[in-house]
Amino acid sequence: MAAPCMSCGAAASYRLFLAGRVSFAREQGLWKAAASGLQTGTRCQILRLKHSPGVTKKNVAALRRESYTVDFIKKQIEEFNIGKRHLANMMGEDPETFTQEDVDRAITYLFPSGLFEKRARPIMKHPEEIFPKQRAIQWGDDGRPFHFLFYTGKQSYYSLMHEAYGKVLHVEERQDQLRAKGLFSEKPKTKDPIGSRWLIKEELEEMLVEKLSDQDYAQFTRLLERLSALPCDAAEEEFVGRFRRTVTIQSKKHLIEPLQYDEQGMAFSTGQGKRKTANAEAVVYGHGSGKIEINGVDYLLYFPVTQDREQLMFPFHFLDRLGKHDVTCTVSGGGRSSQAGAIRLAVARALCSFITEDEVEWMRQAGLLTTDPRVRERKKPGQEGARRKFTWKKR
Amino acid sequence: MASGAVLPRLLGSGVRAAPRGRAAPRGRTLGSAAAAAAPEPERDSDFSARILSEPLKHSDFFNVKELFSVRSLFNARVHLGHKAGCRHRFMEPYIFGSRLGQDIIDLEQTATHLQLALNFTAHVAYRGGIILFVSRARQFSHLIENTARSCGEYAHTRYFKGGLLTNAPLLLGPQVRLPDLIIFLHTLNNVFEPHVAVRDAAKMNIPTVGIVDTNCNPCLITYPVPGNDDSPPAVQLFCRLFQTAVTRAKEKRRQLEALYRLQGAPGPHPANPASPGVQAGLGLGVAP
Repeated sequence: MAAPCMSCGAAASYRLFLAGRVSFAREQGLWKAAASGLQTGTRCQILRLKHSPGVTKKNVAALRRESYTVDFIKKQIEEFNIGKRHLANMMGEDPETFTQEDVDRAITYLFPSGLFEKRARPIMKHPEEIFPKQRAIQWGDDGRPFHFLFYTGKQSYYSLMHEAYGKVLHVEERQDQLRAKGLFSEKPKTKDPIGSRWLIKEELEEMLVEKLSDQDYAQFTRLLERLSALPCDAAEEEFVGRFRRTVTIQSKKHLIEPLQYDEQGMAFSTGQGKRKTANAEAVVYGHGSGKIEINGVDYLLYFPVTQDREQLMFPFHFLDRLGKHDVTCTVSGGGRSSQAGAIRLAVARALCSFITEDEVEWMRQAGLLTTDPRVRERKKPGQEGARRKFTWKKR
Repeated sequence: MASGAVLPRLLGSGVRAAPRGRAAPRGRTLGSAAAAAAPEPERDSDFSARILSEPLKHSDFFNVKELFSVRSLFNARVHLGHKAGCRHRFMEPYIFGSRLGQDIIDLEQTATHLQLALNFTAHVAYRGGIILFVSRARQFSHLIENTARSCGEYAHTRYFKGGLLTNAPLLLGPQVRLPDLIIFLHTLNNVFEPHVAVRDAAKMNIPTVGIVDTNCNPCLITYPVPGNDDSPPAVQLFCRLFQTAVTRAKEKRRQLEALYRLQGAPGPHPANPASPGVQAGLGLGVAP
């Protein structure tokens, strides 16, 4: 059997593979026995492949939830490590510095798969990620459970609640002591509310390896909120931090280009924008009188309709810089309205270089920096248009 | 004294909790076939038999009487019951009287019952039994869990799932060992109804110790202790008492095991039968 621990996404396939091998061995045994029977000169029997009940039992066992022993997992980890080294040798790379990304790349190279379902493609990952985490036996040889809250049923969750509540009491006690000494000062909580969130219920379940109900999760969140609202020191902050995850702030993703300067020393910045099938590229100059030139034509002539000119005006109006910038842009594709929208997006992006980060965040929240994802919906057969159906006639 | 009539019944039941030999499956293993105990060598069985039988020869081997007094119970407000309207019919024998409509519990009876309960708890802990502290009062949940953890036993002060004791193999695991003693610091749950574990422990033949207030039902509890379960000083006192009893018993067990191991085969006797309780100075080398 190939040394690397490779499985197509689920461990069930491993069991089926194993089951197949066992039945094959059994058939081999039957064949040998039958052959020896022939040789001894007994009368010819038609060799029938016996479908032994053991095979079916094994398949039924595979359907039940598998529980993996500690030794089994250890063996899998050893096989995985050996397999990783083999793979590195195969790819001609150094086995010592062969990371998981290299492994993934090697597997996609050696076993190209056109399957759409990503989880059905061949993977080679550490057994910790493949086999689900399980509870070891909770009690010792004498039958006494290890954890003091074992008989509640949810020992990890309740011990977590116990710990958190203990910390709350401790902090309140400290506050009382400070108040008694007269050293207590109301310090406002300086913590960034945006940027991190509490663990969701599934993440908490995974962390505790226990099933939780919605009420349990709500209680947990409430208790931690209460703890974080109190003035905590480093240890308690670290405890609370274990249950928070950072949230990527959208605006940080947007890279702001630095200003460029042309021969006259005038600051300018470029931006690109798209809307439906229109593409626009705009150059915004730092100082100007509010002139806008599109494809070499003045905006008043290019966009006779007021609505389109209002679209061009929107970014400047939002930032109170109506008559302060000059714009030169090129646009192609689309119709009148989509060209106006494309230029608006390009201008807004170009303007980001001239303004503060807060103003960029306000623009992002106003929707000026987002490409409008709406495109024309295709016409479907059996209908007159994308949504419009043919006239329904009763008879 | 009313205790005179009460005691024989309780003493009888207490003594009848006879030592179960190590040959039987440990405690209350459910869903398991009784494994045939391997034949232990002669010395070991002598050992264990002597260790287990020694405490039963004295009425108060662990000297739990010295842990409390009627005065200390009074100071901890254990005698204060609920108003006369909340009184439970079966608590009437334990009530001394009623002052300004509030029931007062008879502390003499409480003392006797508490001594029996602590003695029983100590014996269970001495024999390595699993003790489960149960309560449903949110006010004292943290304290009780800390008490249980500090004496190396178990606590359950949370929502009690339906078949936890009666359907344990399914909920807790196939070969789980059930508690050998359940101590109720609050017999009622949050809606003033008897805790489900009282009935379930009786069903599963698990002895119970319970602090019963004037509005509780003492019927199904093996060792009821009439007393106040609502005041913080009272509950703290009880927690301290149970914790001390359990730790003392375990310490005594460790000492006796070490003592017998040192002495070897010949039958030892306790160094000082007059005060078999744990004295601070009882060292290991006291063997004659």
